[in-house]
Amino acid sequence: MKTLSSIKFNRIVIGLFTLLFFLGCQNDDSDLQVAKFSKDPNVFIDGFSSGLIYAAFSGTDIFAFQVDNKVTYNNTSASMRFDVPNVNDPAGSYAGGAFFTAVGRDLSSYNALTFWAKSSVASTLGVVGFGIDLGANTYPASLSNLRLSTVWKKYTIPIPDASKLKTEKGMFYISAGPENGNGFSFWIDEVKFENIGTIAYPQPSINGGLDTSVTSFVGVSATVTGLASTFNLLNGTDQVVTTSVNYFNFASSNTAVATVDSQGVVSTVGPGTAVITASIGGVQAKGSLTVQSLGAFAAAPTPVKPAANVITIFSNAYTNAPVEYYNGYWAPYQTTQSADFNVNGDTVLNYTNFNFVGIQFSQPTINVTAMTHMHLDLFIPGTLASGANFKIQLVDFGADGVYGGTDDKSHTLTYTSPTLVAKNWISLDVPFTNMPSLTTRAHLAQIIFSGTNVSNFYADNIYFYKN
Amino acid sequence: MSNLILKSAAKYIAISTLLVTMSCSTDATQKLDKRNWQLAWSDEFNGTLGESPDATKWVYDIGTGDNGWGNKELQYYTNRPQNISMDGAGNLVITAIKENFQTASYTSARIKTKGILEQKYGRFEARLKTPYGLGLWPAFWMLGDNAEFPTWPTCGEIDIMELRGQQPNIIQSSIHGPGYYGADPITGKNTLIDSRYDTDFHVFAVEWDESKIDFFVDDYLFKRIERSEVEARGNWVFDHPFYMILNVAVGGNFLGNPNSLTPFPQKMTIDYVRAYKKG
Repeated sequence: MKTLSSIKFNRIVIGLFTLLFFLGCQNDDSDLQVAKFSKDPNVFIDGFSSGLIYAAFSGTDIFAFQVDNKVTYNNTSASMRFDVPNVNDPAGSYAGGAFFTAVGRDLSSYNALTFWAKSSVASTLGVVGFGIDLGANTYPASLSNLRLSTVWKKYTIPIPDASKLKTEKGMFYISAGPENGNGFSFWIDEVKFENIGTIAYPQPSINGGLDTSVTSFVGVSATVTGLASTFNLLNGTDQVVTTSVNYFNFASSNTAVATVDSQGVVSTVGPGTAVITASIGGVQAKGSLTVQSLGAFAAAPTPVKPAANVITIFSNAYTNAPVEYYNGYWAPYQTTQSADFNVNGDTVLNYTNFNFVGIQFSQPTINVTAMTHMHLDLFIPGTLASGANFKIQLVDFGADGVYGGTDDKSHTLTYTSPTLVAKNWISLDVPFTNMPSLTTRAHLAQIIFSGTNVSNFYADNIYFYKN
Repeated sequence: MSNLILKSAAKYIAISTLLVTMSCSTDATQKLDKRNWQLAWSDEFNGTLGESPDATKWVYDIGTGDNGWGNKELQYYTNRPQNISMDGAGNLVITAIKENFQTASYTSARIKTKGILEQKYGRFEARLKTPYGLGLWPAFWMLGDNAEFPTWPTCGEIDIMELRGQQPNIIQSSIHGPGYYGADPITGKNTLIDSRYDTDFHVFAVEWDESKIDFFVDDYLFKRIERSEVEARGNWVFDHPFYMILNVAVGGNFLGNPNSLTPFPQKMTIDYVRAYKKG
């Protein structure tokens, strides 16, 4: 099952495969009323509803969708059929597209999009929802990994806040990849907006529904993630709806410490503590982000070595060499998480819940034979625990250029108090002459940090240089 | 409150058809005989926040009963205010909590008028809002207090309202007696088509005399059980005093157990309980 959670909607092929349907569009006296936008709830009943347009998503088999007159729900005259391609089908890697209108509809009197669906085999639809109009895509809401069975069943997507949908154009969208490598077909029918009295207990959530806190500085910005809303449906399930940030109203408990904008971007502006919360339609969201701001950030000393004398792993002062990752998340023993942040244009590595972490640059490995030193700026927030130590290990992969084998060389240096201090940048300049076990540095590939009683640190300006 | 499995598909279809028919005619007025009920007993639950139920009106069932109160229920019933107390807004709240307590993994509460209000025939009603979620089993029901036939089901049981939390728009009303009990009572259901019993208050009532038992939701008669229908199945055991019971059970063989997604705590909110006699 390929989950297509990151469809690039701006790359959707409209020109290639745009179908315009104007079926069953009759003038109705109510159309002549002051209401500017149609309240038509129907998306696809026995054909395209008035004004509905289809466009296949980029990368899909653009012929995957068709109107089917043979297999329909409840023996009606037509359904929508999607033929998901097999893996490696040259026509496209998945099936999917958006159904939208050129003129918005007023959907504010409904509380759900419903449809009937069945599949040729039990399958999983990656994403199905509404709010994709190939324009601003302001109010998408969707179900992820929806399981279909081989019999017709009705599915419900509750609207996170219908009052926002006064001029909505995105009526329906869907995206599905092969099932275990195999293509299949599924049918969708009776797609419409409804007002269902049995949808209960709307519960938005931010930050995955968790209350967490983050250490921050003036100038740091971060985005609230983990956005969803949950509704209890009649069948007893709590339906989780992936919910666009635009449905949420964010608030800060102390705007002198941190502000939050309509897109959930939190900007730290002063010292102190602020709690970021949110709501949808007056319902308080579960979860919060507490910003503990230490005030002004003391940036690491700006490097002054000439760029020609430096090979850089991580620094905004130079151009970094190709690095595979700054946190390898090495299972199963690594606990270290990353919470890298950006202060006034300077990115800082931040390792939290630290035990060890590896930075790898093996493609290609780096020859630092001409360099004489390694440089690292290190900052330990909070207080320095007794017994704290910090280790730097450099690993050379040897001539074979890969981890393991018989030619890997490495050396580990350990730092303790008084070299280690808290709340101040520690600039370490390590001559390779202090690393006798690193008998070659022509194929350098890893820097591994490990430590005891150092749970959190910042790192910046990691580079090799010669004087 | 005993397990109900409809024995034949035909019966199920018949009930479903009846429900659909009724639901489509909610605007129609029922022509029922005029009743003249006299209030015999009531509890309006107008206590202060956190107050326990009136000890002159209710007694508790405590613990896990025998085999989970006969139904493999999972909860331990307590008399603690966190499980049963007034909300200070005119309601009694029974709260089912997911917590390890004694030998159980859930707590809740069950109260009854046994020895206090026991009455033969009449109207018994409660206005309440149910909990919801897989494995939640709220009930408003009655048991017969019969010295001659003290054991169930010869004592008789009248289930005015019980609900499976995973079907929060369907209530079931049943009677149990010899020949029609456990999984096979005489029963009826009332289904809300576009609303739920857990999101709004509804009035659940039984009207019972020597010849019939009528079940109501919001004063709509949805199920009548005639004495002759009962006697075709077994003995009519409804000519002696019954007492009322309110409880929220968790899990058991009537509806299955909660899973990790079942939201807790869950509350049954009861506005009032009233008993009437014929005037």
